[in-house]
Amino acid sequence: MGVSAMTTPTPEAISTPTVVRATNLSKRYGSFTAVDGVTFEVHQGEVLGLLGPNGAGKSTTMRMLYQVTPPSGGELELFGMRSGQDARRIKGRLGVVPQIDNLDEELSVRDNLRITARYHGLTPAESRRKAEELLAFAELDAKATVEVRALSGGMKRRLTLARGLVADPDLVILDEPTTGLDPQVRLTLWDKMDDLKRRGATLLMSTHYMDEAERLCDRLLIMDGGRIVAEGTPRGLIHASLPPFVVEGRLIGGDDTPFRALAVEEARDFVRSGDRVSVFVRDGADALARVLEGGADADRTFVRPSNLEDLFLRLTGHGLRE
Amino acid sequence: MTGHLASIGRVWLRNAWVYRDRWYYGLLPNFFEPVFYLLGMGVGLGFYVSTGGAFDGDYLSFIIPGLIAAAAMNGASFETTYNVFVKLHFGKIYDATIATPVGIEDVTLGEATWAITRAVIYGGVFLLVTLAFGTAFDARLLGALAAIALVGFAFSALGLAFTSVVPTIDLFSYYFTLFLTPSFLFSDIFFPVAERFPPVLATVAEFTPLYRSVQLMRGTMQNGGEGVLLDAGYLLAFGTAFLAFAVWRMRKRMIQ
Repeated sequence: MGVSAMTTPTPEAISTPTVVRATNLSKRYGSFTAVDGVTFEVHQGEVLGLLGPNGAGKSTTMRMLYQVTPPSGGELELFGMRSGQDARRIKGRLGVVPQIDNLDEELSVRDNLRITARYHGLTPAESRRKAEELLAFAELDAKATVEVRALSGGMKRRLTLARGLVADPDLVILDEPTTGLDPQVRLTLWDKMDDLKRRGATLLMSTHYMDEAERLCDRLLIMDGGRIVAEGTPRGLIHASLPPFVVEGRLIGGDDTPFRALAVEEARDFVRSGDRVSVFVRDGADALARVLEGGADADRTFVRPSNLEDLFLRLTGHGLRE
Repeated sequence: MTGHLASIGRVWLRNAWVYRDRWYYGLLPNFFEPVFYLLGMGVGLGFYVSTGGAFDGDYLSFIIPGLIAAAAMNGASFETTYNVFVKLHFGKIYDATIATPVGIEDVTLGEATWAITRAVIYGGVFLLVTLAFGTAFDARLLGALAAIALVGFAFSALGLAFTSVVPTIDLFSYYFTLFLTPSFLFSDIFFPVAERFPPVLATVAEFTPLYRSVQLMRGTMQNGGEGVLLDAGYLLAFGTAFLAFAVWRMRKRMIQ
């Protein structure tokens, strides 16, 4: 038996510790089921994305994790502790970044961080030190003494993110952290989250943005109607469920026959939404040639790789939810 | 338990920080309100009221304890109604607080503790002002301060209970106009209710918290402690019951 065989651990032995373990977790409000028996784990050091249309149960799932919504059924464990029983200790190891900024408008930027640190049991001196550290992280040093109501939307979001980090959390829960923000602010927030990722933080985030999910998340759960409908890495999910390419065309009054013909040849669905048509194909160049030969408008037809949005729409439907 | 006490203290601290930055705005009105009342009702109106020997010829002294009780009531009430409602619904501050180790029970009790503090500040300033209007500077002031805290406790509990059930801020005018205002007028502050109204109404008045508060203040400041244990016991039981209700309702409201 070689030395290396003894010192090299098996993949099972180095499997990362589980931060969250949810088993058949559900939440009902009267006759309405918000979360319908979801089972998943969050592993240490990973960024897990929660995708789904409005009303899919993402926020409710997150609220159950941070102990403000009691589950109606199933099992939930965080850091090896039973949810509900050890609520205070569980919350002590979490950072929460809610969907809506609920900063304390009566306090200054710095005091928002300080009081949250105090809520987490840090001493006055530790709280002050932590606030300075996070002001730098959020690039809000210059605004430290300003009242929160005087901040721009992007600054508020950065402060909300920073506030979620006061306790050096073992898990950060972010509910749609970039919804409604302009592109510059989104990019800044992504940088901050990349930063956290590099430091080995464990993040659970929900989002509506596929580019955000593809860029930030190691693993995704797609939810719909309170259930998990797909799970995997962003690329893995696409490859497992969809052909690699999409031939897409804009009709503008034109004929969709070439696309229908292609779909029949490829034995794939023909998707039409308004004047946009698309067909999933295995060989993009070949399919494009054929559809153009069939009479499609060359200026308005193109081929692109399948993406997460295609998968999302396929899994959760094209219909409007609200 | 220590965790809860610490958390309650930190919710109190948050309010103290906000107050620290703007206490001076409230100071002047806080100071002049008693001055106006004591001059207008006591010195002015009181001259005619006590002509002929009513109120032992000293109406001003008669109304002082009751006005202090009402000041404590108002301090606790504003804090636990409008201020808590805004934090609950518009600011959503509590949503952020309960995502930390602080629980909703700690938030509710912390707000009660803070409202008592405000009642003591508000009623305490009123008490100090009455020194210029004949209140003796002696050990009874300490008793009066304790009584103010107890009045603050009863009304912060009631205010929180009301706030925990109302769906909209408009309904606070019911609380203020239909409950606190008649309490102010018919709780023996300005005249002995039992001498002017039928026994049934007088009995109803005697069971209201402000009436008991006024009796407690009079007992502490003027009547050598007569009946204060009963009044204090009433306010303690009243406050405890409504605070328990508020804690339960706030949990129902926030944890779902």
